[in-house]
Amino acid sequence: MADKFIVSSSPHFVKKESVASIMWTVNIALIPAGLIGIGIFGKAGAWLIAVCVFAAMATEYIIQKGRRQLITVSDGSAFMTGLLLAFNLPAHCPLWVGAFGSFFAIAIGKQAFGGLGRNIFNPALVGRAFLMAAWPKYLTVFNKPFVYDVVTQATPLSLLKEGKANSMVDMGLTYWDLLLGNKGGCLGEVCVLALLLGGIYLLYKKIITWHIPLSFILSVAIFTYIFKGDPLFHILSGGLALGAVFMATDYVTSPITKTGQVIFGVVCGLLTGVIRLWGGYPEGVCYAILIANTLVPLIDRFVKPRRYGMA
Amino acid sequence: MKKLLREFTKGIFKENPIFFIVLGLCPTLAVSTSVNNAIGMSAAVIFVLVFSNVIISMMRNIIPDKIRIPCYIVVIASFVSIVEMVMKAYTPELDKALGVYVPLIVVNCIILGRAEAFASKNPVLPSFMDGLGMGVGFSLALLIISSIREVLGSGKFAGYAIPVAFEPASILILAPGALLVLGLLMGGIKWIKSLRS
Repeated sequence: MADKFIVSSSPHFVKKESVASIMWTVNIALIPAGLIGIGIFGKAGAWLIAVCVFAAMATEYIIQKGRRQLITVSDGSAFMTGLLLAFNLPAHCPLWVGAFGSFFAIAIGKQAFGGLGRNIFNPALVGRAFLMAAWPKYLTVFNKPFVYDVVTQATPLSLLKEGKANSMVDMGLTYWDLLLGNKGGCLGEVCVLALLLGGIYLLYKKIITWHIPLSFILSVAIFTYIFKGDPLFHILSGGLALGAVFMATDYVTSPITKTGQVIFGVVCGLLTGVIRLWGGYPEGVCYAILIANTLVPLIDRFVKPRRYGMA
Repeated sequence: MKKLLREFTKGIFKENPIFFIVLGLCPTLAVSTSVNNAIGMSAAVIFVLVFSNVIISMMRNIIPDKIRIPCYIVVIASFVSIVEMVMKAYTPELDKALGVYVPLIVVNCIILGRAEAFASKNPVLPSFMDGLGMGVGFSLALLIISSIREVLGSGKFAGYAIPVAFEPASILILAPGALLVLGLLMGGIKWIKSLRS
């Protein structure tokens, strides 16, 4: 009886939405990309997802238990961190690498800052950036799709960066290959169509708005178009769809207002373009989002909405 | 005597320049990639710290107050020049490994901080003990950080490969690894302290 009696200040809206319901909706939206990723790269991908998710949830549980906090493993946020980290790794990377990345993402990227809602950076990307600096050799070798064995294939972006192929004809790819996922890449990022489906589901469920993904993707397209790239190629390759739809839109690490979200998306897009065209790495979505995350408090302060009735 | 001993030990634990006063982080983060570098840097810092403390303490009554910082810098820079020349002459590899961080000892916050906060106000013997204690505290911190970074980051200790098979995480010998290790160590020490009290 006692917990049904909620005492709070107005306005008294009763909504079924909660942290857990939002997180699990996002997890559902990630299912198609995950299934297709497993279909493309084989059961190694399934093991990687399982290990990453388990490690993330176990780390969250152990830390919250150790600090005598409320255990919130079931709210799906640690699940999502593990899932997104697995999506950002090559399918055949060793399982211990994935587990360590998940541990780092939750322990340092999230819990060290005080847990959900207080982290500055997207935890999954913190894990990926850590792994990239710690064991780069496992994160820069990608597998050929539909072979289900350790046959490596460079991603379209790294072919472009290394100058081995300058057009899609050289790579032997079409836009359909890029859209459907018939290319080298990370587990969850290859099938852009599945990611967009997940994104449309989230838009329909009103979990995300169009502001961040659209401004992110459009600014990458415009930037690469200005500097003589192929905008459609840049939209469909790498982790742009995954990053723009699922990771830049993380509630905790993105601006609150709509204007702020557009600025945030444009910053992400410009940084991605700069790294892809002139940076040392072939792909820049991960670092672009992490850098833009640091600007979020500044953006929020800059676009503070005017209070009603105030000058 | 007891007071002198206290001046010595405070720099090692209670007022450790790295973990508690959080000074001189630039060389700490930069040279702690290997234990050998850390030992070389520590020796240089102890030498400069002790002698500059002693000299500044001797001159504390004749240094005009308005230009005291330039005076300290001149004294410190003299000792740093000695260290640098000796290093170039006898341990050229170490000199190459430490690079610009040896001349940068001149503006090391620990040394300037001890000159300003302690040596300029205290007699020679306590200043000597203070410099020695702070130097040992710095060395200890540097040794801990560099051991962690070298063992986990390149699978070696003081240049020798350790016989345990694991894959070193190269992030630890890169710049972010230095910040990570230092931050986690500071957090860990704070945590242990909070458990005790």
